[in-house]
Amino acid sequence: MSLASYAARRAALGLMQVLAVVTLVFFLVEALPGDAAVALAGDSPDPARIAQIRAAMGLDRPAPERFAEWLTGLPRLDFGESLVSGRPVSEFLTAGIGPTIVLAVLTLVLLVPISVLVGVLAALREGSLLDRALTSVSVALHSIPEFALAVVLIAVFGVRLGWLPPTAVGADVLAEPAVLVLPLVVLLARPICSISRLVRAGMVDALESDYVRHARRLGIAETRVRFGHALPNALSPAVQQVARTTDWLLGGVIVVEAVFVIPGLGTVLVDAVAARDLPVVQGLAVVFAVTTVAVNLVADLVGFRLAPRTEVVA
Amino acid sequence: MSLNRRGFLGLTSGLAVVTLAGCGSGATPASSAPRTGGRLRAAFAGGGAKEVLDPHLANLFVEAARSKAMFDKLADLGGDVSPQPRLAEKWEPNADLTRWRITLRKAVFHDGRPVRAQDVLSSYARILDPNRAFRAKSSLALIDLPNSRAVDDRTVEFALKRPFAEFPNALAAFGAYIVPEGAEDFTKPVGSGAFSFVSFEPGRSVLLKRNPEYWEGAPLLDELEFVIANEESARTNALLGGQVEYAHDLTPTTARSHASGDRMTIHRAPNSAVQAFAMKVDRAPFDNRDLREALFLLADRPQLVESVLAGSGQVGNDLFGKGYQHYADLPQRERDLDKAKFLIRKAGAEGLVVKLDTSTAAAGMVEAATVFADQVKGSGLTIEVVQGNKDSYWADTLKNGSLSSFRSGAMPIETHVAQRLLSGSGTNVTKWARPEFDALYEKAVSTSDQSARTQAYQEMQRVLHAEGGYLMWGFADWIVGAKPNVGGISTAPANTLDWARFDKVWLG
Repeated sequence: MSLASYAARRAALGLMQVLAVVTLVFFLVEALPGDAAVALAGDSPDPARIAQIRAAMGLDRPAPERFAEWLTGLPRLDFGESLVSGRPVSEFLTAGIGPTIVLAVLTLVLLVPISVLVGVLAALREGSLLDRALTSVSVALHSIPEFALAVVLIAVFGVRLGWLPPTAVGADVLAEPAVLVLPLVVLLARPICSISRLVRAGMVDALESDYVRHARRLGIAETRVRFGHALPNALSPAVQQVARTTDWLLGGVIVVEAVFVIPGLGTVLVDAVAARDLPVVQGLAVVFAVTTVAVNLVADLVGFRLAPRTEVVA
Repeated sequence: MSLNRRGFLGLTSGLAVVTLAGCGSGATPASSAPRTGGRLRAAFAGGGAKEVLDPHLANLFVEAARSKAMFDKLADLGGDVSPQPRLAEKWEPNADLTRWRITLRKAVFHDGRPVRAQDVLSSYARILDPNRAFRAKSSLALIDLPNSRAVDDRTVEFALKRPFAEFPNALAAFGAYIVPEGAEDFTKPVGSGAFSFVSFEPGRSVLLKRNPEYWEGAPLLDELEFVIANEESARTNALLGGQVEYAHDLTPTTARSHASGDRMTIHRAPNSAVQAFAMKVDRAPFDNRDLREALFLLADRPQLVESVLAGSGQVGNDLFGKGYQHYADLPQRERDLDKAKFLIRKAGAEGLVVKLDTSTAAAGMVEAATVFADQVKGSGLTIEVVQGNKDSYWADTLKNGSLSSFRSGAMPIETHVAQRLLSGSGTNVTKWARPEFDALYEKAVSTSDQSARTQAYQEMQRVLHAEGGYLMWGFADWIVGAKPNVGGISTAPANTLDWARFDKVWLG
């Protein structure tokens, strides 16, 4: 199968998946107790007022009708309006995507070179003190959940020592990059460990493989054997993990956003679900589904390119 | 070095020592004389998608604080939660309390237009629009708008649908702000408040600047910035890290650990939020008066205040509005296990298991429910705590169950009664519906005789104290943290005029 027809088939499948996700999310949120009117009325749940809010929001119409209406706007990229504030959903998405993408891109830019370097170093010195040290540190670091690491880093570097801003409250992340240092460290900690472990394992396997032995017998320079032949093969399992990490990052890492006050997609999602603001939740579901499908597609294509012998199954 | 679990625990405990060492160096002297200038950054919890600048839609604390900075109401609540004139210079009812003549203060909107009687009428007309659902609507619903009129530019005459002595309470209702006539677009709001609008990024920040023309005198601060941090720990960290000067709504635990530190000053506003359990009197088992009294007697209030509120509060006496205008100072109820046991036996309720609905919709409710369930042990009654969904909690407990956690912010006692304790009240969670009680309320609000009114309020509260459905065990302080150099922070109860008010605040 050619790369192009494979990509086309995967994209069509992806479209179906996005539609399925969006439909599922709509009815799941509908199934949650309470609706936007109840959530907005909060601690003054006068039934007469809730009925008025419901009517003002158009929630008195049947759910399938509202869903169909929302769906017809989708091909035009019209995500509808927030029930609570009346502002277009696209405004929420664009506001939240900014900080999330900045964090995701910076994390990936640091993550890929560092974890490949660490993995390759450990593999080349397999069994050495360096290898064992890197292994111990990464396994230990990987076992610390994000929130715990974040709390410790904030307390030490943000509050006690005052070296770095403890939160990004009210800050424009691009104008004050210092606010991103601690969140980046927290976001990097676990993926660096998992990906460098995969690179190390892949590299160890590759270096012991028949084709590497054959390349060496042919007298090809060791550097070229390692980085031209072994490394690309070693990377292909790691690519899948990078894809999962990218997907995780683009979904807005809720814990990190909450602790560091970064108003990204995760925060938008939490607020929207608490307010039962269905159009906003729906818009986010589209964004998350599309990124998941796209990221995985790209990962498969990259994997295909790195190790063309691998069978791809649509 | 390999970082194992023990190493990590060691690191965190070392950290606890570090944090503790940060406290305890004694409080610095409060900031000195008021001075002008500077930008104060205030961290509040926000609502992201929910946030709006339309003051009539205000719902969250941050929206209330921002509305208050940019707009005025005709009246607002003072420290004793009684109405104080604001944009209204004075109010004069006619003899039967059905027509109220209100004289407006000389004030101007931020765009230079004067505040006129017509602006007041159109603001109220907007709130009362039958196709919309603004929060102040129910409070203003007794205004007969078609028969109200602007006498001249600075005089409004309101016609009411029935006699109402407490009409100024309605003028002070949550969200009853005066906006310029015809205002519908609030992307760049124009009000008459102490600060005027500069910029807004939903879910992140709002920047305001001093209004030098403010009728009550220009604020001391040059600029006021509201920033959003939903997590309490993030607000605390931002304050400790010097990113904000004011952090709203902190927990009693934070207050306790930083009370003696020099990095933040804790400001407590007593009597801000009543903490209670609501029993529904229209259904089993709490349709039995003896059982309600037994529950009153089982609550160990000092213990609840100490454990749930970490000491940041006072005990309650099953009546709303401690320290507010018209509050009835009845003898404090104490725990009496023997009498409670006797009453439970008398009600034939021995061995009964009652579900107590609670949720995390308000801080401390689940903890209070758990502690109370423990206090009831050994009385013959068993309380089973059931945690429900926080987002729909208030609507759920209004309809369902027989016993639930309850909390409420400050409001005049009259408003509390009108909204929650009359046969026709919209949020009558205890299902207290008694014609003779309704009549007492009618008497209180339709007489212009001050002493007759006071007497009626006292009588209502005596009945509620003896056999009502609310077990009000405590009043939580509202806790705010600020940099030690911030002066002029009021400790009036939450929801009143001076709470979260920044025009009297200065940076030292």
